[in-house]
Amino acid sequence: MSLKRKLIPLAGLAVLCFSQAVPAQKKYDPGADDKEIKIGNIVPYSGPASAYGTIGKVIGAYFDKVNAEGGINGRKIKYITLDDGYNPAKTLEQARKLVEEEEVLLLFTTVGTPPNSAIHKYMNQKKVPQLFVATGASKWGDPKNFPWTMGWQPPYTTEGRNYSTHLLDTMPQAKVAILYQNDDYGKDYLKGFMEGLGDKAASMVVAQASYEVTDPTVDSQILTLKSSGANVLFNITTPKFAAQAIKKIAEVGWKLDAHYLNSVSTSVGSVLKPAGLENAVGLISVQYMKEPTDPAWVNDADYKAWLAFMQKHYPAGELTTSFNVTGYAHAHTLVQVLKQAGDNLTRENVMKQAASLNMPTLPMLLPGVNVKTSADDFYPIERQQLSKFDGKTWVRFGKIYGR
Amino acid sequence: MNSEIPRKWVWIGGLLLLALLLMLPFLVKNYRVFQFNLVIVYAIAILGLNILTGFNGQISLGHGAFYAFGAYAAAILMDILSVPYWATLPSAFAFCFVFGFVVGFPALRLAGHYLALATFALALAVPQLLKYKKIEALTGGAQGIVLIKPEPPFSFHFLDQPLSADRWLYFFSLAVAALMFLLAWNLLRGRVGRALIAVRDHPIAATAMGINLPVFKSMAFGVSAGITGLAGALSAIVVGFVSPDSFTVNLSIFLLVGAVVGGLASIPGAIFGGIFIQFVPNIADEISKSAPAAIYGLFLIAFMYLLPLGVMGGVKALWARLRSLAAG
Repeated sequence: MSLKRKLIPLAGLAVLCFSQAVPAQKKYDPGADDKEIKIGNIVPYSGPASAYGTIGKVIGAYFDKVNAEGGINGRKIKYITLDDGYNPAKTLEQARKLVEEEEVLLLFTTVGTPPNSAIHKYMNQKKVPQLFVATGASKWGDPKNFPWTMGWQPPYTTEGRNYSTHLLDTMPQAKVAILYQNDDYGKDYLKGFMEGLGDKAASMVVAQASYEVTDPTVDSQILTLKSSGANVLFNITTPKFAAQAIKKIAEVGWKLDAHYLNSVSTSVGSVLKPAGLENAVGLISVQYMKEPTDPAWVNDADYKAWLAFMQKHYPAGELTTSFNVTGYAHAHTLVQVLKQAGDNLTRENVMKQAASLNMPTLPMLLPGVNVKTSADDFYPIERQQLSKFDGKTWVRFGKIYGR
Repeated sequence: MNSEIPRKWVWIGGLLLLALLLMLPFLVKNYRVFQFNLVIVYAIAILGLNILTGFNGQISLGHGAFYAFGAYAAAILMDILSVPYWATLPSAFAFCFVFGFVVGFPALRLAGHYLALATFALALAVPQLLKYKKIEALTGGAQGIVLIKPEPPFSFHFLDQPLSADRWLYFFSLAVAALMFLLAWNLLRGRVGRALIAVRDHPIAATAMGINLPVFKSMAFGVSAGITGLAGALSAIVVGFVSPDSFTVNLSIFLLVGAVVGGLASIPGAIFGGIFIQFVPNIADEISKSAPAAIYGLFLIAFMYLLPLGVMGGVKALWARLRSLAAG
């Protein structure tokens, strides 16, 4: 065969390649190609926090559904989920496995503040997206110092600010007492609340008391706060202490015009029942997701779609736990990011698309709660609606708060 | 029993093993090297526990606490006082030695199961104590401390692979482990080792033979805690992060599992223990997402059924059988 004859098909091939490459402009980083996008996930399937494990499973079930329907822009999702037992050292090991050995495009919905803290720096050094982490700490929205990490749920600061906005709307003359847990979580809430009150904080907040996680009770703190003469309480406590506080307030006969309770401790079973349901009537908290147990949604199309999905793709999953709603909504958000990224599946473009989300609604979020990000806003969800406890369930009321 | 094998072969085998250990990090990816580093760290920690539990017969369910103290000592020294990483290891050893000695002294009055419970309490308390507000400036509270991974002091390429931070730490950890194993072997093969075993097997007879029981028991506790604490410090350097959740009570249990699986009262057994606690949870996770802990439990039961005296017990039994076959 002459050289010329060999060259002709080669040239033809080159032209073919060229002509295909130009209009599509496909760009890939490790973990993505024409057929597949590799996504990594780390949740505790074992250990003390294994209740969160279902988040990892429901996400996998949702990606199965997406793949069965043809994938994203013609690419299937390959989902690799690993167990860290909520041990930060193990989280780092698994993150390194996913990034260095499996070569995933990004990490998605890694669960918990300590595990995410352990990989925060590593992910940003490696420049691999750490998207939509499942924790409410405010440090996940820091694009200046950590441009490869993004949160998802409303941060505690935002929730605190939303309570203060409601307070200024309804009782601008109130005298406020604050009880908070003395750690990063408590201080995040406190910071948001004080920022929301602005100049009025100095005159409105008449007393603050803190407790340690190691304290046996918060009884003495409640007595101190009561003696300040406040008529509004912002209660920043974890479940055990929330139950103690609600009970003690009733026992000492402290009449409050408004009692804001952070959403960390709104569980009816583990907080309000031990505190006494009659003592919990009138408590105010927030919601941003549709609770699967809320009878208000029984005929809601969105809820029905979730239910159908659960029954078809994740029949083993419990229908009463909100974790299965969280994972479902998380997965929707990522699918939107990948759709927007199109054929440019570089890690840089993934972050760029994650930072330019504008979804007026998202499945299983409350009506009016949107998903919006920008280059300097790495908090996707910031809107919440207030809800009041009626003795049986939380009933949402009023407008949507937050930007 | 080594006298059966010609000296020459022991040397050749040893050199081959050494060459393999030195080449290993260049044959695999950085992430695997990181896992090997953790195996080395766990092996040192189990060695520490084995001195106490295996050789001296004092059961400790609280060695995770010493591991945590060592890790935090190293992290605080590096983070706040900017001490170089290698210098934190002797400090962690000294700190945990004193702490172990102090804990071990009252533990003299507690024997067997009671000691196990007392040390268990220690393991339970530590994660909460680390979150205590008054020391938050030092410990970083629930958030822990993020450390900078040490860079290799020089650079070269071998088999086309650079000396990365992980590979450098592998050699560093290997050297530390070699030193610790050598020290332990030196301590245990002679008079002290015999005394420790005598105290374990028959404390009254040991006393009658002139062994100072309180001193030996407390010293065993101190040395054991010191070595485990040093492993903790090494883990802080290798992982680059410490937080209270890294050192839950599970860690203490896993260390004991590693010691038993590797073989109690066996120095090389600690290496197999380290391999077990590092890799078996990963295998369990790959088999089932629904119940990785149950799979882990099955592994453990199967292991104990097949090798009731641990890996080293199994190796020794096999060796004895081969010898009797050869003789017969």
